[in-house]
Amino acid sequence: MTISSSGPSTSAADEAKRARIRASLARRHLTERIFKGLGVAAVVTALALVGTLFWMVISKGYPAFTQANVALEVYFDPEIIDVDAAPVRAAGQSDADFRAQNLAWQRQVTLANWNAIVEQAVRDAAPAGFEIDARSALALVETGERHRLRDLFVANPALLGQRVPVEMLASANTDNWLKGTINRDLEDSRQQLSAQTRALADQLLENGTISFKFAWHIFTNVDSRSAPASAGLAGAFVGSLYMMLIVILLAVPIGVASAIYLEEFAPKNRWTDLIEVNINNLAAVPSIVFGLLGAAAFIQYFGLPRSAPIVGGLVLTLMTLPTIIIATRSSLRAVPPSLRQAALGLGASKTQMVFHHVLPVTLPGILTATIIGVAQALGETAPLLIIGMNAFVASIPATPFDQASALPAQIYLWQGNENRNFFEARTSAAIMVLLALMLALNAIAVLLRRRLERRG
Amino acid sequence: MDMMAGKFAANVTPLEEGMSLSDHPIRLEARDVCVHYGAKQALYDVSIDIPDRAVTAFIGPSGCGKSTFLRCINRMNDTIEGARVTGRIALDGEDVYDRSLDVVELRARVGMVFQKPNPFPKSIFENVAYGPKIHGMVRNKAEAEEVVVSSLKRAGLFEEVKDRLHEPGTGLSGGQQQRLCIARAIATRPEVLLMDEPCSALDPIATAIIEELIDELRENFTIVIVTHSMQQAARVSQKTAFFHLGKLIEEGDTANIFTNPAKKQTQDYIMGRIG
Repeated sequence: MTISSSGPSTSAADEAKRARIRASLARRHLTERIFKGLGVAAVVTALALVGTLFWMVISKGYPAFTQANVALEVYFDPEIIDVDAAPVRAAGQSDADFRAQNLAWQRQVTLANWNAIVEQAVRDAAPAGFEIDARSALALVETGERHRLRDLFVANPALLGQRVPVEMLASANTDNWLKGTINRDLEDSRQQLSAQTRALADQLLENGTISFKFAWHIFTNVDSRSAPASAGLAGAFVGSLYMMLIVILLAVPIGVASAIYLEEFAPKNRWTDLIEVNINNLAAVPSIVFGLLGAAAFIQYFGLPRSAPIVGGLVLTLMTLPTIIIATRSSLRAVPPSLRQAALGLGASKTQMVFHHVLPVTLPGILTATIIGVAQALGETAPLLIIGMNAFVASIPATPFDQASALPAQIYLWQGNENRNFFEARTSAAIMVLLALMLALNAIAVLLRRRLERRG
Repeated sequence: MDMMAGKFAANVTPLEEGMSLSDHPIRLEARDVCVHYGAKQALYDVSIDIPDRAVTAFIGPSGCGKSTFLRCINRMNDTIEGARVTGRIALDGEDVYDRSLDVVELRARVGMVFQKPNPFPKSIFENVAYGPKIHGMVRNKAEAEEVVVSSLKRAGLFEEVKDRLHEPGTGLSGGQQQRLCIARAIATRPEVLLMDEPCSALDPIATAIIEELIDELRENFTIVIVTHSMQQAARVSQKTAFFHLGKLIEEGDTANIFTNPAKKQTQDYIMGRIG
């Protein structure tokens, strides 16, 4: 058949065919519109949910970043701080001797009635004629602040007999009362603070003695149960950092190396098939099982310390490995065979082919895989509970072998704290810190990826 | 027959004056080469001699085994899962499938240009310098530069890219990319250059440039080219082998094959009746 035979005159069959196509067009366009609509709806729903989550976390968490501070004038009363003069190192005195003497003096200082000093300072700050009992006065200020006074004195014994302005943290309950996170209309018996303390707090806020300041100590302090107002994230933050470091140092090289071996060098046989299936299965194993494995293997068998970032890091490494291996393999598989052939055809060995040509083009993919894996590990909580990282640890770990908490475990601990009114905001603040850390990780990944891709 | 002779005779590149193929020593010698992919046999008992410093063309319809045979010569079939090669292929009398021969060394001696231009996603300079670098043929930057420039010149690409040697090779046009790949392949000074349908992804002008290049390269290299185009085989080669269904049907001087094929299948293919 030549082209000219299907000239301008249309046959009946052609006409019928066109009619059929036109008839089906409306339906086809409708299907397309429905599908597009569903897609948009799904995206909008997802965005709305994420937006709601962020809004809830931020709206609940931001008040935690400011806290009530009480500006008091502290009188280091010599009658209350009835201690010897601070030891001065005598000529010829040995180091150990002086240290022992100094410690004895410090113990003496610690035993002084610092509560009485705080109580006096609160009374002094109260308006003239304000009647308040000792307990109510003390309840205004966070209990840990008396230790700060003691530390100030130890650092500078010349403070004895002087009046010094000291900014103290208000107690968690005072903070609740002033922020309104406790119902102010509750009857006395159900209030955490006595009527005197509540009245004093209101008056001090009014005259400016109490003010709200940015709570830097959330970032610099460790967790605290006895002085909840001073509880911070530093210990958990450092614990999480150690674990991330271990995950990055172990999971990335091991995962990438395994993926390269399996994809480029391993023979394709039943054994490698079995390994592949098992890696895929491992990726689907619930994280709590990895926690049990970690408790059994690392703590029970190898005798590593409980609640330590080293164990947490190892467990999270095991958990992250399959993710990194699978993602790296798929990005290796996406490299066009022509690139491999080009290298091999020139006489490059397989190792040269992989490291000179294949790996550089897969680097962005590997990087993404790594960040996804590490971000997942960063937020993982369940295995940490099994290996004891939900323990209350009030110190910043100096090494990964020290006891520590982790950010998600800290969130878990705080959300279960009995002082809900105070810790609800604190928990959200901790979530904000964790999310910020994750976003920072992702941002780094995006930046690195862009740079690598531009170079490629 | 007359029609055929008229169609191709004018195109056939004549050998040098007073020289016949038999004056070229044998560079590559294949005897009873069979290739299996798993249970499927792709090549049956191929025996052929490839002359030195001449262009040998493999022609035949798709799936006839010509590329498979080409890939046996530098053992690229090794990289295909389940491929098995039997028989003997000798380069200068040395069996390329011998256990004592390192495949890396073989591929340094037998270069390859692929169907689709496949420059590395690196600079033009790095593309060409890579082979000499990994084989230790250049010791410093100056030597590398010398090799890069001379290879690009030989591939007829230098004038076009001399101002952008450090820009990515993937930014060139298709024809330029293929010439870059040829420059890359000849930079390692191979003894044999295999070309697997090097022009099938190129437009007619780029094809003409590459054909001319092949003709120049034959002074220094033994070239084996696989091509779909009979015109191309007639234009660039001195020897032609016709493959069909995994078998080598006929081989001989290009002029002879195109004007006076001995086998009916060859004749049918050249006349366009199969393929």
